[in-house]
Amino acid sequence: MGSQGGIGQSKEFLDLVKSIGEARSKAEEDRIVLGEIETLKRRLVEPGIPKRKMKEYIIRLVYIEMLGHDASFGYIHAVKMTHDDSLFLKRTGYLAVTLFLNEDHDLIILIVNTIQKDLKSDNFLIVCAALNAVCKLINEETIPAVLPQVVELLGHQKEAVRKKAIMALHRFHQKSPSSVSHLVSNFRKRLCDNDPGVMGATLCPLLDLVNRDVSSFKDLVVSFVSILKQVAEHRLPKTYDYHQLPAPFIQIRLLKILGLLGSGDKQASEQMYMVVGDIFRKCDSSSNIGNAVLYQCVCCVSSIHPNPKLLESAADVIARFLKSDSHNLKYLGIDALGRLIKLSPEIAEQHQLAVIDCLEDPDDTLKRKTFELLHKMTKSSNVEVIVDRMIDYMISINDNHYKTDIVSRCVELAEQFAPSNQWFIQTMNRVFEHAGDLVNIKVAHNLMHLIAEGFGEDDDTEYTHLRSSAVDSYLRIIGAPKLPSVFLQVICWVLGEYGTADGKYSASYITGKLCDVAEAYSNDETVKAYAVTALMKIYACEMAAGRTVDILPECQTLIEELSASHSTDLQQRAYELQAVIALDAQTVENILPSDASSKEIEIDKNLPFLNDHVERAIEKGAQPYIPESERSGFSSASYLNSQDLHEVPPSHGLRFEAYELPKQPSVPLTTPPVSIGSSNELIPVPEPTYNRGTQAAVSLPSSSNAGPAEVKLRLDGVQKRWGRPTYSSSSASTSAAASQDTINGVTPPDGATTVTPAISKGRETTYEPTRKTQQAVEISPEKQKLAASLFGGSSKQERKSSLGGGHKTAAKPTGGHAAEAPAKKMAAPVQQPPPPDLLDLGEMTVATTGPLIDPFKQLEGLLDSVELASSTKNHVDVSAAKGPDAMAFYGDSATTVEQGGHHFSSIDDVDNLVSGLSSATTDASSGGGIPTSQLTTQNSKGPNLKDALQKDALVRQMGVNPSSQNPNLFKDLLG
Amino acid sequence: MIKAVMVMNTQGKPRLTKFYEFLPVEKQQGIIRTVFGVLCSRAENVSNFMEADSIFGPDSRLVYKHYATLYFVFVFDSSENELAMLDLIQVFVETLDKCFRNVCELDIVFNYSKLHTILDEIIFGGQVLETSSAEVMKVVEEISRQESASNSIGLVTKTVSGWRNR
Repeated sequence: MGSQGGIGQSKEFLDLVKSIGEARSKAEEDRIVLGEIETLKRRLVEPGIPKRKMKEYIIRLVYIEMLGHDASFGYIHAVKMTHDDSLFLKRTGYLAVTLFLNEDHDLIILIVNTIQKDLKSDNFLIVCAALNAVCKLINEETIPAVLPQVVELLGHQKEAVRKKAIMALHRFHQKSPSSVSHLVSNFRKRLCDNDPGVMGATLCPLLDLVNRDVSSFKDLVVSFVSILKQVAEHRLPKTYDYHQLPAPFIQIRLLKILGLLGSGDKQASEQMYMVVGDIFRKCDSSSNIGNAVLYQCVCCVSSIHPNPKLLESAADVIARFLKSDSHNLKYLGIDALGRLIKLSPEIAEQHQLAVIDCLEDPDDTLKRKTFELLHKMTKSSNVEVIVDRMIDYMISINDNHYKTDIVSRCVELAEQFAPSNQWFIQTMNRVFEHAGDLVNIKVAHNLMHLIAEGFGEDDDTEYTHLRSSAVDSYLRIIGAPKLPSVFLQVICWVLGEYGTADGKYSASYITGKLCDVAEAYSNDETVKAYAVTALMKIYACEMAAGRTVDILPECQTLIEELSASHSTDLQQRAYELQAVIALDAQTVENILPSDASSKEIEIDKNLPFLNDHVERAIEKGAQPYIPESERSGFSSASYLNSQDLHEVPPSHGLRFEAYELPKQPSVPLTTPPVSIGSSNELIPVPEPTYNRGTQAAVSLPSSSNAGPAEVKLRLDGVQKRWGRPTYSSSSASTSAAASQDTINGVTPPDGATTVTPAISKGRETTYEPTRKTQQAVEISPEKQKLAASLFGGSSKQERKSSLGGGHKTAAKPTGGHAAEAPAKKMAAPVQQPPPPDLLDLGEMTVATTGPLIDPFKQLEGLLDSVELASSTKNHVDVSAAKGPDAMAFYGDSATTVEQGGHHFSSIDDVDNLVSGLSSATTDASSGGGIPTSQLTTQNSKGPNLKDALQKDALVRQMGVNPSSQNPNLFKDLLG
Repeated sequence: MIKAVMVMNTQGKPRLTKFYEFLPVEKQQGIIRTVFGVLCSRAENVSNFMEADSIFGPDSRLVYKHYATLYFVFVFDSSENELAMLDLIQVFVETLDKCFRNVCELDIVFNYSKLHTILDEIIFGGQVLETSSAEVMKVVEEISRQESASNSIGLVTKTVSGWRNR
């Protein structure tokens, strides 16, 4: 059977396939296929086509569509074919429609009836074909049409049908959980089906169900455990073996379910320990599938309530995976390590060599997985090396999708663990330079914020040093071609704020650079906007300092060009700039105080300064303001609606624009004192558009009371805010700042602030949401000190535990902090910023002690391997001893299953399962002596000693020592 | 669940594609091309796994295996075990081998519908249904027996005798 040509394929089809195969170009292939389409179109409508021919035509259609051509003209023929009585044509028809149609296709309606009929067919093969179609073609609306039949098939005599019916129900559940929610009990019932295959199939939907709602399936833990035990003890019929392993796919699914059920549930987990331990011992690690089961065991162990013995076995498995030559196993090893590392951080240490190997592996998949692992392992002590590595890798790849991913990881780590702000700024520069367009804009805002605030050093020189070094680095970079827009925005902002601050660069130099930027990126409006605002700030700064401002000719041209710009935003900025230049020094100083970016702007959403005005207006007869939520009926009038739509296009963005307001002539803006009963129409019309506008712009809960008059007042308030910022005094700062004050007794120069200078209007809205994240990153001096003492202590402790005995000396100096830690923790802020100062100090000690420790370190490494070997020996012993035990389980299991059976709806079924399973007794006895192969693989250890030594040092770099403290070592090893 | 099964030759021509969630034809073609491009760029002796987020959307992985002139590719999400999927490819190929005796690319091209029959017995609605190639073969043989019977007689056989319980 199965020779070329198969069953009755004609010469034509063979020729088609052959000619397509021999086609030299895509064009030639297309020509052939188009010819074929023409032929088929003609042939399909011919009357009286023999069945065999018809089937072939349909297959040819499918083939054509697979090659990417439209075969929709023949869909109807495929549908017709499903109506045929013969299995031969029906199956082909079903195959074609499942490949052609989606569940929402119009033709489905013609098939549902056939499916219904076929589900009731005597021939189980027809039923199977129909079930196949059900999975693919039935959508939420048509589920009820076939559901009764499918449920009925759960009791079909053929296990193949039962299996597929279960799967079909599962599919329904995926598509629309509500449609089958009343049938969940069916899944439970099928779990104790006579046929292990059906039971295995039931695990698929159960896995999904458990995933959605763990708590309602806790009662099944006992059953799952006993099933897994029986499977692992080889009590299923031989036919379920795969490569000598009993039903590995069922084992894997069960382990997955157990992992979910045992997560965070000590009691449930305890029931699983024994069986999982058994599988660890019994599983054959020489075959692919055996390793798959072992990997699943590790996943399960890492997810359930931890058990030291199992963790040990899991660590053994991981060690074996990582030492393997197979990249697939290494990949799984790294993945498993990432899972286990949360529970026992110390195991990472044993495998650091292997991890480095994987990082340098040419295999991209492995590399990425390893970065994922490193991401999980990152601490403030190793962040520099890891982020450096990540950025290097990021630069080397082209895959934008993954680039974005890795960039966000870098940024996250850098923000979380940055050891110093210099490092942070440099890292960010690299990230922006190479992947600026992939960076979230929030990151840029964070960076600006950091430069404005510093990490909160008390030391003023440090503070200005940070800024000037940022300015320096940006002036160096600014000339580079094709910088990403986001990065340019940061550069412009920083230059505008601090370009001339330290007097190193003249205003004309900086403004010249800014003009260059605006010119070079003339089609990027955001960059231009930033550049103009930066220009304004520099001029204002000059004027306030009493120097005469000479505007460079290119600046003049730029301003003129922008004031005629199509973008209103750019125009406004240009005009503002011109206006500012025309003012006198005192006014400028007031409008744009120097270094205002780090001042708090307090927004009183109630706008209390307007209250007088409002009251006056009401006295004059204006209507009080009714908040939108309390208004009723205005949306019911269709006239208003259409008006609404006209004036405020559906885009929400526009409603936030303040410019819109003056355009409404019907709004009594210009004539505030409108009489109360002016007209019923007039008043509501402005309200919807107008009030929404202001509310959004000021984010203001409408709490005051005037009607149209109040409308105008609010507008005033808004403009006033934009025109002249009201800075809050430090007394009204946030609670965080307040607590700083009490701790320190000194008002910090920085608190939580917005980054934009107040005058650059319109940007406030974008900054509002970012402020929260900025606060997370922003670090005030007191918090930092506290964090340093706390965090330094605790992170040292953490490191100590993660490194085993290797660095006890390093950890000692911080012991004092640890004692204080609990007391201070109460006061500690929830989100811990990285502590640069103290930690740096601490790390010095680590660095100096590092080399001294080397020999010990090595010794330990050796010891470890010995231990490892002996532990496996133990395992063998244990498993050997377990031999008789296995028989004991075996006897027990009948009772355990029956215990589990209380949860089942029919005890009969359970009995069946037990009897079915125990019929294969002979297999169980072979369970004892498997793990000898474990021992042999265990001792094959890494490369030669010198290599290992070197790597060990590198590893310590990754794991422990900060690179900045011993740059030479670092350079040698990492190149 | 399993999202897609693809078999393509080393020139990038699709030989069998099955998507368990519907995708329009153009999208399918795009995916096949991208996957082929990625597979070509993979070196020898690297792992058989790949992240496929950029091709199939979030939470997608891909396992491939290279046999002679053919790539077998399975795409699936995190609910499946990579190594097990690799073995599932093995099951599929073993079954094909049993069915066609030393399967080669031509067998696959010319027995398109049979290939689908086999695949449908192994993977059903995106879930692994059967992993024993012997069992799959039994069903496939039964189907072709009945098909040829019904084809020659023109009637559906009412009794099912050839089907044996395990």
